[in-house]
Amino acid sequence: MEFEPVIGLEVHAQLKTDTKIFCNCSTSFGAPPNTHTCPVCLGMPGMLPVLNKKVVEYTIKMALATNCKIEHKSRFARKNYFYPDLPKGYQISQYEFPIAQFGYIDIEVGDYSKRVGITRIHMEEDAGKLSHDPGRPISLVDFNRTGVPLMEIVSEPDIRSPEEAGNYLRQMRSIVRYLGICDGNMEEGSFRCDANVSIRAIGTEQFGTRAELKNLNSFKHVEKALHYEINRQKEIVFHGGKVVQETRLWDPVANSSKSMRGKEEAHDYRYFPDPDLLPLIIDENWIDAVRKTLPELPAEKKKRFITEYGLPSYDADVLTASLATANYFEDCLKIFPGSKTVSNWIMGSLMGLLNAEGKTIEQSPISSQNLAQLLRLIKEGVISGKIAKVIFEDMAKTERAPDKIVKEKGLVQVTDVSAIEKIILKVLADNAKEVDDYRNGKTKLLGFFVGQVMKNTKGKANPKIVNDVLKEKLGK
Amino acid sequence: MRITKEEIVHVANLARLDLDEESIGKFAGQIDNILEYVDMLNRVDTEGVAPTSHAIFLTNAFREDKVKEHLDRNKALANAPEKEDGNFVVPKIIC
Repeated sequence: MEFEPVIGLEVHAQLKTDTKIFCNCSTSFGAPPNTHTCPVCLGMPGMLPVLNKKVVEYTIKMALATNCKIEHKSRFARKNYFYPDLPKGYQISQYEFPIAQFGYIDIEVGDYSKRVGITRIHMEEDAGKLSHDPGRPISLVDFNRTGVPLMEIVSEPDIRSPEEAGNYLRQMRSIVRYLGICDGNMEEGSFRCDANVSIRAIGTEQFGTRAELKNLNSFKHVEKALHYEINRQKEIVFHGGKVVQETRLWDPVANSSKSMRGKEEAHDYRYFPDPDLLPLIIDENWIDAVRKTLPELPAEKKKRFITEYGLPSYDADVLTASLATANYFEDCLKIFPGSKTVSNWIMGSLMGLLNAEGKTIEQSPISSQNLAQLLRLIKEGVISGKIAKVIFEDMAKTERAPDKIVKEKGLVQVTDVSAIEKIILKVLADNAKEVDDYRNGKTKLLGFFVGQVMKNTKGKANPKIVNDVLKEKLGK
Repeated sequence: MRITKEEIVHVANLARLDLDEESIGKFAGQIDNILEYVDMLNRVDTEGVAPTSHAIFLTNAFREDKVKEHLDRNKALANAPEKEDGNFVVPKIIC
């Protein structure tokens, strides 16, 4: 029997607001423990949470970007459980009436594209941070993160492979980054993912028993953990066993997952409407106002890059993966309108440089203006492609404009035919044997002569002129 | 009895409370009284009244996204039975 995996993903995205979801405490990361707290987020008796309007706006943005229906009326609920990172003994979340439902995004995987449904999007508060003492039977609790706004995006169980899951997440992250509502950093925990996984015989409708995977904190881990889980379940079924419903924690060091059943004994959250928070009403005017602030989203931008600039799908994908890269590309085009050339240089030399230096494109030592000017210098024949590489490296180190480097280092291409002719005649005179060989049919030696001429001109001779003149002189 | 002994044990477990036999009986009686009291609401005629989660007719109370002063850390930790390096100290709980 052939099995297929059925995967649904829950994404928790930390919203980039200045303050927490229900109080005016700062959300900034890295402050000393318990310095960003107040009676509200500490869960003191009598405190009254008040919703941060920006959290709602950001969530509406996400709902629109993922084609969701935004609910006219939604409300908050208490999810009750006891854990030391949760000072109130409940987490404020949304339950029966989330802010948005019934959306979808389209993802591309290899040569096919597919639509993944969004079940719901809701708002909730984050919990505090626990650090476990390795030597003593204690844990330390820091409530700075308590109350930081989270947006949870739950997908339909439409995903059928780890690769699809990976691309769904990449697309989601790209959307939240384009919207500017979350920095999408999986390693630092501002963009987290849990996965629900089951398997079923291909052709059957009914879902198998699912396991929930937690601690998937990088794209690499997500795909690895899913592969592992799918195989684990197949093994169980092949050997006549039954998959049990449980939560499993991924261990990226051991490359395996372990059951968390112990903690799961009583999954009874006893949700009820939070009486401290008023119902949330969102009217069409508000939605329209937010819609007007939406940027061009990654999928639309990719399409436009293909049609407007004639780029291959692959190039458009790479260039639109982040808004900064897309902007860099279009800024280059304003100065140098050769879209494929610009794309090649960004995807090749520039990304190579940035990767090597561990920098983002925003931190690029070479500005879009300088890169475009470099390409213009090549196009206008001022410098050769070979010299351009040298200038590129100089720009990367010094952040200077290319024309300054060209002038200072005297790298202007030699296009003066008589000057080139002089050098060629010298090279031919110095290599009489090779000239004879060439004339006796060893025409492959042309490359050797070109190399010698380039050496003599430090790479500055215009290659086309060199070729033409060499052929002419050697032909005699 | 509206509430069973099993339910008391379950709820106590969720609340991380360790109850002895005697307390279970005592709380079962007390909680039963409370439930019976609240049950009066079930006798109210609610024909034609839409369900609601709030008794007042206000909606949309918002806050602007502006950072205000934080609580002094010493005050935040004032009631903690144990503290260390600005953290609350709790017994180790690892899942």
